[in-house]
Amino acid sequence: MTTAAPPRSERLLRTSSSDGPVGPDLATHLSLHGPLAVPTRDDREWSHAVWSELAASGLTGRGGGGFPAAGKWDAVTRSGRRPLVVVNAMEGEPASAKDRALLTWSPHLVLDGAEVAAAVAGAKEIVVCVADDRDPSAGAVERAVLERAARPGGCPVSVVRPPARYVTGEESALVAWLDHRDARPALRVDKSVPLRLGRRPVLVHNAETLAQVALVVRHGAAWFRSIGTSDAPGSTLVTVSGAVARPGVLEVELGTPVDQLVARVEPTGPIAGLLVGGYGGAWLAPAHVGTPYAAGPLAAVGATLGVGVVVVVPTTSCGIAETARITRYMAGESAGQCGPCVFGLPAIAEDLEQLAGGRADAGVLARIERRCATVDGRGACRHPDGVVRMVRSAMAVFGDDARRHAAGHPCSGHDVATLFAFPVNRPAPGGGS
Amino acid sequence: MSRATPVRIRLRVDPVACEAFGYCAEILPERVALDEWGYPVIDGAPVPEALVELATRAAAECPRRALLLERVSAA
Amino acid sequence: MLAATSTTMTTTLWYTIRATGVVALILLTLTTVLGLLSASRARTRRWPAFAQVDLHKRATLFALVFLGLHIVTAVVDTYVSVGVLSALVPFTSPFKTFWIGLGTISVDLLLAVAISSALRQRIAPRTWRGIHWLAYACWPLAMAHSLGTGTDAAQVWMDAIAAVCTAAVLVALVRRIGYQRTSRREQVRFGATTTAVPVRHRPAVGGDPAGRALADSATRTARPPTSTATNTATRLLERHPR
Repeated sequence: MTTAAPPRSERLLRTSSSDGPVGPDLATHLSLHGPLAVPTRDDREWSHAVWSELAASGLTGRGGGGFPAAGKWDAVTRSGRRPLVVVNAMEGEPASAKDRALLTWSPHLVLDGAEVAAAVAGAKEIVVCVADDRDPSAGAVERAVLERAARPGGCPVSVVRPPARYVTGEESALVAWLDHRDARPALRVDKSVPLRLGRRPVLVHNAETLAQVALVVRHGAAWFRSIGTSDAPGSTLVTVSGAVARPGVLEVELGTPVDQLVARVEPTGPIAGLLVGGYGGAWLAPAHVGTPYAAGPLAAVGATLGVGVVVVVPTTSCGIAETARITRYMAGESAGQCGPCVFGLPAIAEDLEQLAGGRADAGVLARIERRCATVDGRGACRHPDGVVRMVRSAMAVFGDDARRHAAGHPCSGHDVATLFAFPVNRPAPGGGS
Repeated sequence: MSRATPVRIRLRVDPVACEAFGYCAEILPERVALDEWGYPVIDGAPVPEALVELATRAAAECPRRALLLERVSAA
Repeated sequence: MLAATSTTMTTTLWYTIRATGVVALILLTLTTVLGLLSASRARTRRWPAFAQVDLHKRATLFALVFLGLHIVTAVVDTYVSVGVLSALVPFTSPFKTFWIGLGTISVDLLLAVAISSALRQRIAPRTWRGIHWLAYACWPLAMAHSLGTGTDAAQVWMDAIAAVCTAAVLVALVRRIGYQRTSRREQVRFGATTTAVPVRHRPAVGGDPAGRALADSATRTARPPTSTATNTATRLLERHPR
């Protein structure tokens, strides 16, 4: 364990070392990060030490929820049965590429983290979930799993391919798919009660969270906290795209001002707004572009950290039109379980489309707000809540545009090609209504 | 001598089970309104004594058992 | 019509059998129509849906009471030999085996539906619904039974009752069939297909800007690692070509 800690801001995705370029193979991984001794039998002392270190690190989930990672482990280990560890690499968020990057270039970090979680929680099985339209990532993980299988005493790891839909990545939907091939989110009244597969509790973690765990266990909580802020320690991966010259996945210290983050990818023109946190996140106005990239400061300006995504929308695009397209896409990604989501989201999308085209009636802005208030919080999962937050923030950030459009004047940005990806909506899961 | 805290009840909808039959809104309009698509919007405040019987009936009449009565111990 | 014979009691019983049968049929028609209407979400301000359902349940209860009388009087009456067994087991009556049998089946189904409804809070919703579908068979069987068994079948008033009941059920049935709610799953598919705002993607790998970024950078030429200045984001994906 004498490998030096990685440089400050290049922890998860190492592109090169002093010896030259790095590959994703096991030998390179071990030479870069050092070995990791995970006990093959239950070792209370080790488990407790690791858990304490993780709690001290303040690591929060990197899949969008942002809950303390150590808290989830606590709930699962107390349930008495051998749990299952699930690596959530679904990445249903179309604007995100970070989990793909991790699986392609640092799969062993992710698998190390999963092994640690399994050992602490007493699990004897790990399942890696990769969406069924991401064959390259699945191939990379499978190769890594094969390399590790040669070592004795490891925990068996299987790679499964759930259907690629936005909500499949929601953890209760993922567990439902593993259970009975029906990827619909469950109504969870108490999130501290762990999810179950039959009687076994399930520990679901985003791939990046587990990669961070693998580093915390090697280098300690103090090292983890040496970058970032005291409320938001460590680094995180962000996918930056949109009207920028060099889009890509960046690893940033939490707390970096957003404009510094964006400057690295070279925006191509003046910015009208930034979509932060994913399609269910929130818009950030140019005036707030100096906000530190962390959960607390972003929430204070009405935005959210969400999944590490930043999309730069320039003044030459129409923010309202992009919001309309995103809303329409998200409406098609509903699981189809709850009336307010199934009917409310398309209705809001319709209003936004008419607004963007300058064809809406006078009451459209009030109607959008009314429908947002009606839909918010009335589904089984947070899918409609995210869309409502995104739409409301758009009405704030692009407020002047909205009022002009409502008065019947669409803008030239309406016909500009979209900066967002919209995979074809696949049919909602399950049978019956 | 201490008095037990009165147990109040509160209404909640299971959004997955609900299929917008609307019986709950007919029986208990004081606490249930329907949105523009026919789905119930519940006033989450505890149900007063006078309405408890109606609330119980509304929950029993739901064809999908989507209306639930929750216990809330309120001071 | 068979002339009243033997004792007055037989005549009274005979009238009772027919009368209770007709009343039961009318009540069964009422409950069937109400069931079809509430399933097709028919309601007015003065006739809320829950009231229809309430009446539907009460009508069924009354129908069962009259059916009970109908069966008891038919068994007790010695003029026609319908035994106790035939009341519950279909096609075991020596008298008009087939037509009585239809009535027996109808009663069996009705009992199943009624009992499952009484136990509704204790059984799974899907079980209850599955059994309730049997109710669709109750009314046609009852109507066939009364036309085939009933010795009043030739009378004008019986024809009139049968015609009105049949018309009511047919109208309600047509409304019920016409009312097919699109399941919410299908609703999601319909909603997603219209895009009033044109979506024109840049030519990209599957129209996926983030994925394209990932693919692009793999072919970029290598650059030496930049000095790790504090608080700056690190450029990733700078890889040497293989």
